[in-house]
Amino acid sequence: MKTLSTEILVIGGGAAGLSAAAEAASAGAKVMVIESDLHLGGQLVKQTHKFFGSKDEYAGTRGFKIAEILLNEIESCKDNVEIHENTTVTGFYSEDKTFTAMRGEESFFHIQAQKTIVATGAQERLIPFVNNDLPGVYGAGAVQTLMNVYGVIPGKRVLMVGAGNIGLIVSYQLMQAGVEVAAIVEAAPRIGGYWVHAAKVRRMGVPILLGHSIKRAVGDRTITGAYITGLNEKFEPVGEETFVDCDVICIAVGLSPTTEILSQAGCKMMYVPQLCGLVARRDMSMKTSNPDFFTAGDASGIEEASAAMVEGRIAGLSAASSLGYLTEHGKLDEYWSRLQSLRSGEAGARICQGIECVLVNGWEDGRNG
Amino acid sequence: MVEKQGPGGGSGTVELIGEHPILDFQRGEKVLFFFDGKEMEGYEGEPIAMALHANGVRVYRETEKEHRPRGFFCAIGKCSSCFMVVDGVPNVRTCITPLKPGMQVETQHGNGSVPDGKD
Repeated sequence: MKTLSTEILVIGGGAAGLSAAAEAASAGAKVMVIESDLHLGGQLVKQTHKFFGSKDEYAGTRGFKIAEILLNEIESCKDNVEIHENTTVTGFYSEDKTFTAMRGEESFFHIQAQKTIVATGAQERLIPFVNNDLPGVYGAGAVQTLMNVYGVIPGKRVLMVGAGNIGLIVSYQLMQAGVEVAAIVEAAPRIGGYWVHAAKVRRMGVPILLGHSIKRAVGDRTITGAYITGLNEKFEPVGEETFVDCDVICIAVGLSPTTEILSQAGCKMMYVPQLCGLVARRDMSMKTSNPDFFTAGDASGIEEASAAMVEGRIAGLSAASSLGYLTEHGKLDEYWSRLQSLRSGEAGARICQGIECVLVNGWEDGRNG
Repeated sequence: MVEKQGPGGGSGTVELIGEHPILDFQRGEKVLFFFDGKEMEGYEGEPIAMALHANGVRVYRETEKEHRPRGFFCAIGKCSSCFMVVDGVPNVRTCITPLKPGMQVETQHGNGSVPDGKD
């Protein structure tokens, strides 16, 4: 079987992975980016709204434009970057220090790398309700892929489950695409996302029902409606069920980090609720307990894309520097101060708590230099 | 062209976004492909699942025991909900497999079987 080799392997070509690749390649390292989707850009290419955060992370620029900026940066150091799209890393075999990968569905090969940055992102969570497996129950990311990447209408009338930032933003994006949003239900007694996003969908006439959730979906072969209900403070259903006419139920109840490769590489993992799941312990350079593995972006804890980009920069910088490439003095400190400012808000406090749990003060087994 | 089908079998209308206030969709060449033997139109290079959805098809497979219909869920190749039989190969992640002209896309029943004559 063919074996490809590289100095730095970046698994995932989204916000974190592209930033990591650009950073490492500009320091002179040879980088290989593996992306399972047909195109680079990850979730950035699906975002039509202007980002918040700080100017260093392109605040005021629409998400899909940020993807273009990162791709241009990659293009400017293209001699050092090898890109494989439509290619999935399927596993890591630590005894052989070898990755297995497949291009498309049938062409298999091996990859060997000196350092690896795992920027595999996240996957959509699902909540239990009757008929939650029927076609028409779609993750929020899937709805964005359909309408914002491929221009396909996801449905006629959508029930949104979740009023965090993703639920609010996707509701607005649905209306941009000409799709009716019947309502947004949110189990918590308050809106989880930014008020400015919530205000936008409210102004468009979409009810946001707090303390409400979906009880069951209705449909024979595909979704034809849903019953929603109020919840008490113990999140138990109370009162009458209300029927909502819809053909899509969009699930925006959060994400879980995608970390299988890190576990296979023997990285010390930790369950951190504030980071939404199992993540790798890491030091300030984003290095895990396996000195050849770094982590960045949603794979290292669910956070906004702006933070993912900075973490990618840190991981790229550190991986290149660990191979002896010269990196600008003080850059790591600068990136950390950017992260701190991105995490300074109310939502950031929770993230900071999570980071505090998972961050180690340097690895001490002597294998880490 | 596409005929009117039952629920999940294709609505017969092409469900694409025309004007969008922010996005400008770059679509590939229009090509013909087959879904359970029926001819459909899609754009070359877009994922098979998207082409099917644009043709109103929402059911992509049926589960082994309960015969529950499945469509897509994550659309990023991670959840395995959209597995179909493509050109005879079962368990293809149709949400990240590009459409090619003349492709034979079939609803997958159960776990699929290994195609003959392949190693």
